[in-house]
Amino acid sequence: MKIDDATVRHIARLARIRVDDAQAKTLQSELTAILQWVEQLNEVDTRRVEPMSCVIDTPLTMREDEVTDGGTPQDILKNATERAGRFSSCPRWWNRLV
Amino acid sequence: MSKLTDLTLAAARDGLRARDFSANEITKAHIDAIDKGNEALNAYILPVPDMALRMAESADKNIAGGDAGPLAGVPLGIKDLFCTKDVRTTACSHILDGFIPTYESTITQNLWDAGAVMLGKLNCDEFAMGSSNETSTYGPVINPWRREGSSTPLVPGGSSGGSAAAVAAKLCLGATATDTGGSIRQPAALTGTVGIKPTYGRCSRWGIVAFASSLDQAGPLTRCVRDAAIMLGVMAGHDPKDSTSVDLPVPDYEAALGGGVKGLKVGIPKEYRMEGMPEEIEKLWQQGIEWLKGAGAQIMDVSLPYTRYALPAYYIVAPAEASSNLARYDGVRYGLRVPGDDIIEQYENTRSEGFGAEVQRRVLIGTYVLSAGYYDAYYLKAQKVRTLIKQDFEQVFEDVDVLLTPTTPGPAFAIGEKSDNPIEMYLNDIFTVTANMSGLPGISVPAGLSREGTPLGLQFIGKAFDEETLFRAGQVLEDAAGELPSPADWWSVA
Repeated sequence: MKIDDATVRHIARLARIRVDDAQAKTLQSELTAILQWVEQLNEVDTRRVEPMSCVIDTPLTMREDEVTDGGTPQDILKNATERAGRFSSCPRWWNRLV
Repeated sequence: MSKLTDLTLAAARDGLRARDFSANEITKAHIDAIDKGNEALNAYILPVPDMALRMAESADKNIAGGDAGPLAGVPLGIKDLFCTKDVRTTACSHILDGFIPTYESTITQNLWDAGAVMLGKLNCDEFAMGSSNETSTYGPVINPWRREGSSTPLVPGGSSGGSAAAVAAKLCLGATATDTGGSIRQPAALTGTVGIKPTYGRCSRWGIVAFASSLDQAGPLTRCVRDAAIMLGVMAGHDPKDSTSVDLPVPDYEAALGGGVKGLKVGIPKEYRMEGMPEEIEKLWQQGIEWLKGAGAQIMDVSLPYTRYALPAYYIVAPAEASSNLARYDGVRYGLRVPGDDIIEQYENTRSEGFGAEVQRRVLIGTYVLSAGYYDAYYLKAQKVRTLIKQDFEQVFEDVDVLLTPTTPGPAFAIGEKSDNPIEMYLNDIFTVTANMSGLPGISVPAGLSREGTPLGLQFIGKAFDEETLFRAGQVLEDAAGELPSPADWWSVA
């Protein structure tokens, strides 16, 4: 797959990463090279193969549905980029989204 | 007596218990070594000497009171991927500038509960994405090893490059590390240290900054096999906070060391004999085979036909998981925020400034292979190939106990030598990535020197949860190879 400029910009938008024109150009060739390299997987016949998402065979363990943590707003807010009282906050844009 | 920093972790532990020296003394010796040597190596990004001395004091009290844990007073370095309470943790990314966790990762907590002392946080590739430690926002780590007659700075490997360099340069007795595609074993090979990636599920991932959750696993980097056995024994174990950590008893790894390899069936996978493999790697591998034969192992040729597809499949699966895991860094709740005219622009500005080039590349690849229309062709395909890779190993392990392979396709390379070509850099992990894709344990043990005079490693890959066999076989290899020379100390200032 050859990645064109519009695709780079589309993926970058989905990934919420800003790319300028120079970066888009570099990324176009880098992403194309990586994707062409991974496409050697097409040589493998996987028609009757189940996909694997986890190497562990055992089912997830269950526990009692009870509160085991929490009640530590100060801990959670300690690294807040910006805060307003007991909340972490960010600029208000709601009026621009409509 | 030799310098306290020259001791192995095992010898230091025994000396501390015998009160030959105190935790305070051995900790001070390491703080001094870091003071003198870290500027040149850039292994530590945050030394914590005051904290280390406090922890040493408490270890000395416990030792005096007859209440010494298995690592009482042993000074360690911690990869910056592990969250450490009240100590800055950034995964070496600009996007986590100044992040100070209010909690401790399970693995580091296990180490502190055992009495270990933290010397500081160690450099690594940004979000553990790299094979040379050149993607860190704190700059590259320099390998203590140099080519014979040269002062060209070499990479220590990655992503756990700071851990490997600190251990090799004796700036700690051992270090924590993580391995998603080879990030423990490849730097171990490039710095003449021992590194084990245990079976997926053996160690808790709780409190470790996530890269690719189905592949990430933590382990130790040390100067000998015994030290790795001791450290992994403390790090491993079930953790209710990580549902993928397995509830199995942790064996006494140190007790397994003397087991030898008599009668052990060692498989030699022919697919690891890659086209264009340097002759010295081939020779080292053959030497390893001879050593094991000499120790009574039974050598068997085996085949893992899907080996060559492991790395391309990895470069779909790992970026896909990374793009999802790294979605949390949005500049809203914590970490870096770069303002914009609307919320989308703030996300985009933050992530574009906060993530380095390699992380951006992987997030974009991951986003692409998960996006509508490409999911089946790339992501699902890679997951199916992953099944085939795991089945390869399952079949081979019906006939053999362990596999012997080279760890890396070559020795340490120069800073900047491979950083222009992502795929060439990715090929560093060609022999290590299969163990991550299949969840199996792998250990790298120093086995000799390249013709440039820099270290090379051999790798054992074992059955799931059979780290004991890796330690047994690793000990035999280490004994046969004999002690490698230490790198000459060019990094310490008077």
